[in-house]
Amino acid sequence: MRTILFLIRKEFLQIFRNKFISKAIFAVPIVQMLILVPAITFELKKVDVLVIDKDMSPESRGLISKLEGSTFFRIMGMTYNEKEANSLMHRNKCNIVLHIPENFGKDIVTGRQAKIVAAIDAINASSAQLAWAYLNGIVRDYNSILTIKNINNSAPAAIPIIDIRNRYWYNEELNYKYYMLPGILVILVTAIGFLLAGLNMVREKEIGTIEQINVTPVRKSQFIVAKMVPFLIIGLVDLALGLAIGKITFNIPFNGSILLLFLGSTIFLIAVLGLAVFISTFSGSQQQFMFVAFFCMIIFILMSGIFTPYESMPQWAQDFNLINPVAYLMRVNRMVMLKGSSFTDISRELISLSVLAVLFTTFAVRRYRKTA
Amino acid sequence: MTMKKKVIEVENLVKRFGHFTANDRLSFDVYEGEIFGFLGANGAGKTTAIRILSGLSSPTSGKVKVAGFDAGTQAEMIKRNIGYMCQKFSLYEDLTVRENIALYGGIYGLSRSEITERTAQLLDRLRFREYENKLISDLPLGLKQKLSFAVAVLHEPRIVFLDEPTGGVDPITRRQFWEMIYETAERGITIFVTTHYMDEAEYCDRISIMNDGRIVALDTPSNLKKQYNVSSVEEVFIKIARPAGS
Repeated sequence: MRTILFLIRKEFLQIFRNKFISKAIFAVPIVQMLILVPAITFELKKVDVLVIDKDMSPESRGLISKLEGSTFFRIMGMTYNEKEANSLMHRNKCNIVLHIPENFGKDIVTGRQAKIVAAIDAINASSAQLAWAYLNGIVRDYNSILTIKNINNSAPAAIPIIDIRNRYWYNEELNYKYYMLPGILVILVTAIGFLLAGLNMVREKEIGTIEQINVTPVRKSQFIVAKMVPFLIIGLVDLALGLAIGKITFNIPFNGSILLLFLGSTIFLIAVLGLAVFISTFSGSQQQFMFVAFFCMIIFILMSGIFTPYESMPQWAQDFNLINPVAYLMRVNRMVMLKGSSFTDISRELISLSVLAVLFTTFAVRRYRKTA
Repeated sequence: MTMKKKVIEVENLVKRFGHFTANDRLSFDVYEGEIFGFLGANGAGKTTAIRILSGLSSPTSGKVKVAGFDAGTQAEMIKRNIGYMCQKFSLYEDLTVRENIALYGGIYGLSRSEITERTAQLLDRLRFREYENKLISDLPLGLKQKLSFAVAVLHEPRIVFLDEPTGGVDPITRRQFWEMIYETAERGITIFVTTHYMDEAEYCDRISIMNDGRIVALDTPSNLKKQYNVSSVEEVFIKIARPAGS
């Protein structure tokens, strides 16, 4: 135990004596929170619509002004030339081309089915679907106005309409920042946990100081724990810093227990620190380590459900996530912060993370060789 | 000499890396308190042998006992009883002199008061007081090497292994370094030292000369000079050892 304290002291001395790292560990969370939280959003705003209005009737103009009135769409231009429309879409100048054929207004007035066609840029399938849904909603609204107008003209009887109201739970304003912030906090601790300890370990190999350590009677587990503890503490300090920024800058609601959030991140950090040290035992240089660590980190983060819903991943991907610590913490953070989940609600995640922490750390200690 | 206790016993030590045999059936003993010189050209297999003796590498075959423990199975027990100074300087450059000493004192299980006391002794003996709070990276090489040696014997081990401790060091510092070696040997610590410098070989109680992974000569410097009828160890060396591959 005493030996570990000596070793931990050494790590802290080295970390804070390194002018770059000692600043970076505080600058990174601040910059990450301030940039990523507001920047990453799935909200659809200002979809550019190009209109080909071949009808030029009051009805077609009515539809166009409805579109203009919504916050999602912006009419970026009108044209009669389909070639021009195609080329604008091709050059990313517009996202939707809306064709209103001749006789649109006449069909409506005479009670026939009127038709319009929307061509949507679907490079990003989900935003295309979202745009389509919004467009559909606006057309439906317009439709019902027209219907009511027509029916009023003929028979002023009650029209049966189902009125559905919804309430968004846990994030009533559908504020994406609230959804992303707990996820960005995960990325924050992942970066600290994954990169720094492993790099530190490989650096000792590169400059040869590890040789002098290996020739002492220090235990492998002592040396590895002493490598992990400082970055565990730094990771938790960064988490606190990130939370503070979230509260001050974005006024993020915090419904759960702060203690639970830190517990989750502590277990998580042990797991990724263990994995990073394990990877470092295979790496002869910092370059090799960075390459492998980055590869793992990107896979872990992208599969964790930060951007895409966990439930809609294919089964094999969900199975893979059983060994993905980032996926567990992603759920823990969001559940605790947004839903106010209790210990029992997230016990499955915490247990799984603990298993990974024990497993990865054991791998690291076993794989580390003091005697080649 | 034969009455003395053996602290290192090596019998038919073989170390292979793939098809390359770095150490070919080495056999020798080192006695308590002696200064044992391990000579050989670059690539002769000195560092490989010293790494096995210090428990950093396992032998492929053969019997190796250091401080009574087997190098193949009890490497960690050996590590408790030895000090080791690497060929490449390997104290922490970004820690101060004092911090390095405290770290290794702590690792070897010295108490706080022992660390304080031995640090003070060490700083005085090396006349290092003015450097105690300097980062190692700011010290000249000679001082680094001296500190490295002092740290290697901080915990009063039974044996200390020095792998080319004076490489790249100026003659005056080299001289002082050897004075430190003598002082340490007088305290009863066995010195196992590899070197390139033949004048240093003259200072050893006994020397062995390695060539191409084998020990080709082993005796006191004076006996070897007599045997080869020359006036210096350098001439002995030139007579019997050629650099690997030439």
